[in-house]
Amino acid sequence: MKLTRRLILAAAATLTLSTPVLAQYPERPITLIVPWAAGGGTDATARTVASLLEQELGKPINVVNRTGGGGIVGHTEIANAKPDGYTLGVITTELSLYHWLGTSPLDYKNYTPIALYNTDAQSINVRPDGPKDLKELLSRAKDKPGSLKASGANRGGAPHLAMAGLLNASQMPVDTVPWVPTDGITPALQLLTSNAIAVVGTTIPEVQAMVEAGEVKTLAIMRAERDPSFPNVPTVKEAVGIDWYLSSWRGIAGPKDLPADVAKRLSDAMAKVVEKPEFKSFMSARKFGMDYADAQKFATFLADADERFGTAIKAAGLAK
Amino acid sequence: MQTLLEAFRLIADPQVVVTVLLASIFGLFVGAIPGLTATMATALLVPITFFMDPLSSIAAIVACTAMAITAGDIPGCLLRIPGTPASAAYTDETFMMTKKGLGAQALGSSLVSSVIGGLFGAVVLMVAAPSLARVALNFSSFEYFWLACIGLSCAALVSASGFVAGLLSLFIGLLIACVGMDVISGSPRFTFGSVQLMGGVSFVPAMIGMFAISELLDSLLNGTARQRFARPQKITGIFHGILPLISKYRRNVARGSIIGTIIGILPGAGGDIAAWITYATARRFSKEPQKFGTGHPEGVIEAGAANNAGLSGAWVPALVFGVPGDAVTAIAVGVLFMKGINPGPRLFETQGAMLYAVFMIFLIANIALLPFGWLAIRAASKILSVPRPQLMAVILLFCIVGSFAINNTVFDIGVMLVFGILAFALSKAGIPIAPIILGIVLGPLLEQNFLTSMTIADGSLIAFFERPIAGILGVFVLLLWSIPLLGVVLQMFRHTSAARPMKLTG
Repeated sequence: MKLTRRLILAAAATLTLSTPVLAQYPERPITLIVPWAAGGGTDATARTVASLLEQELGKPINVVNRTGGGGIVGHTEIANAKPDGYTLGVITTELSLYHWLGTSPLDYKNYTPIALYNTDAQSINVRPDGPKDLKELLSRAKDKPGSLKASGANRGGAPHLAMAGLLNASQMPVDTVPWVPTDGITPALQLLTSNAIAVVGTTIPEVQAMVEAGEVKTLAIMRAERDPSFPNVPTVKEAVGIDWYLSSWRGIAGPKDLPADVAKRLSDAMAKVVEKPEFKSFMSARKFGMDYADAQKFATFLADADERFGTAIKAAGLAK
Repeated sequence: MQTLLEAFRLIADPQVVVTVLLASIFGLFVGAIPGLTATMATALLVPITFFMDPLSSIAAIVACTAMAITAGDIPGCLLRIPGTPASAAYTDETFMMTKKGLGAQALGSSLVSSVIGGLFGAVVLMVAAPSLARVALNFSSFEYFWLACIGLSCAALVSASGFVAGLLSLFIGLLIACVGMDVISGSPRFTFGSVQLMGGVSFVPAMIGMFAISELLDSLLNGTARQRFARPQKITGIFHGILPLISKYRRNVARGSIIGTIIGILPGAGGDIAAWITYATARRFSKEPQKFGTGHPEGVIEAGAANNAGLSGAWVPALVFGVPGDAVTAIAVGVLFMKGINPGPRLFETQGAMLYAVFMIFLIANIALLPFGWLAIRAASKILSVPRPQLMAVILLFCIVGSFAINNTVFDIGVMLVFGILAFALSKAGIPIAPIILGIVLGPLLEQNFLTSMTIADGSLIAFFERPIAGILGVFVLLLWSIPLLGVVLQMFRHTSAARPMKLTG
């Protein structure tokens, strides 16, 4: 009896001691590191998430752009931060690539995943006078290897790997459609419309204005099933019967070994953020694919993405 | 007509008016603080635009960038800290004017020409956006390669210290541009294992170092640090004598506006090159080119007009095809999407009134530059009455903060210092600084487009002349390069043949 009372007392004491600690996080402003430049897509999503997460946590969240080295600088900084929950970051697709490419030893195991909030599937685009569907594109490429050139990003960027993975899955060598490395989608579209190249790989929202203008047409999307926002675009599987899909992604994470209570607090807050109408309207207005996964599912997702991108990188001959 | 009236009604909304006012003041502040750029000002506005109606948010961005770009000239002129890569083209010129006591004239004339250039660009945007955007889409990496060559050639034309010194300086800039990940293969070059250098030398800290820090070092070692600046003109006279000046150089204003708009429309080329090219054309066609580099307003007027004209030009491909022309419009396109205004040719049909309202905002923002710019210049010019030792301490502080702020890293303060010392040593050796900046800005553009073109053409150099526009530009560049060389060779030939005719034949 005495023992029980003591236990209760002890438990009460621990509770009173620990509850404030739990309730206290966050007790000062949080820094959210974005590994990409201010004004870009990742930055826009990060700032929206930050302003909504701020409401949930009741403390200011400062978005800090740490750019350079193709995102390596910022990703490294997030991984090396003190795991106290006051430095978090947005991690992006590139994290699934670095260690395969040998540009940085970083991978998803260096982080504590908190929440996935966006995925965007890659797509295949051509000029309106180009091949009528993906089947024709691939057979033209097969007939005259090297005659059709493609672009959409740097070498080793998600669009390049998506294309390499597609060619690999279609049993074609990757140089059947040589990749022209560019500094992103804008110069790639410019090359397509000026008739310098034949194919652009990117996510559909990036080319939507050009599609509406009749300058570009989308042949297929690399998704397991059709995207509800673009119901007229067939998946790769529907178009040519090959099971290939690949998405770029964005999520919130902290450094490895984040205390479990802090991670839970953040994960719970993010679960509410993605349900907020402000978040939903932002994501759909900017046509970012809304795809939420909680901490645990995000961890599984990261492991799967790591493997898929690994396959594509090996196919592209870029693995170190 | 109906759409126009509707557009008027839209901009008469008090919220829009207040937004334009506040964004203008914000833009002026950010632009006038060394190291903070127009792009940064725009990015900072984005979270605020969440709470605005669509027109107000675009109005805020337009007004803010126009002000920031123009205000970027102020620290460049008064303290030799260029606010933007574009103003680096004429920073030395305006700073020389300040040293002569003509700071107000320099700022006033660049302000007025900026306004004219901005208005011209806005009118072009209103009248011809859809058709111009389609033309711009015909430019591929082959054409951009030649444009970058033209831009780089300006270094030799711009340099007041002579052809060879300018060229040498340009190559130093190109070498610096090689630092970082290779654009094609992604392998690191000259990074010495540093992750910080993977993305290349950060441009803004390098620029601040090369201009401001080297200037500080110079005045410290020369002992001029304790002397006051030349007595500035009466500040009330910012516009005094400006109109005659502008009308004297009206050809420059016109040429600057036209070239600036054209280059601005090409996505990715942007206003930075426009300022350099127009500064060079001003000098090339000037009646008194020897005055350039000694504090002469002609080049400043032409490049100032080009700067702001290019700003409006960059919106052409952004609005018509959703292809942003520069970093600012890239952010703006994002905001447009978020407000449910999807850029594209249909925008001109479905949202006509809205679009015209945006165009009117361009006109209003550029006209508002006059009074706001006047106030900013008036306030900023007071800086020169601060005793120089104290002022120099503050400049150093601003340099450090500006270098840090661009990437939030202490490493960049080191970059600033290294480049300050480098530039100081170079200027002692009589090598100009400005072409280095041009090399750093255009180096990546040149390399990227060359390598992209080579990949597309499977390594055939002929392809650089096969496309019609590329062919014309290519021949133009080759002429630009070979004419001075031919002159030199011809001169040498005459010289040697006159002195030792036998040697040549034997």
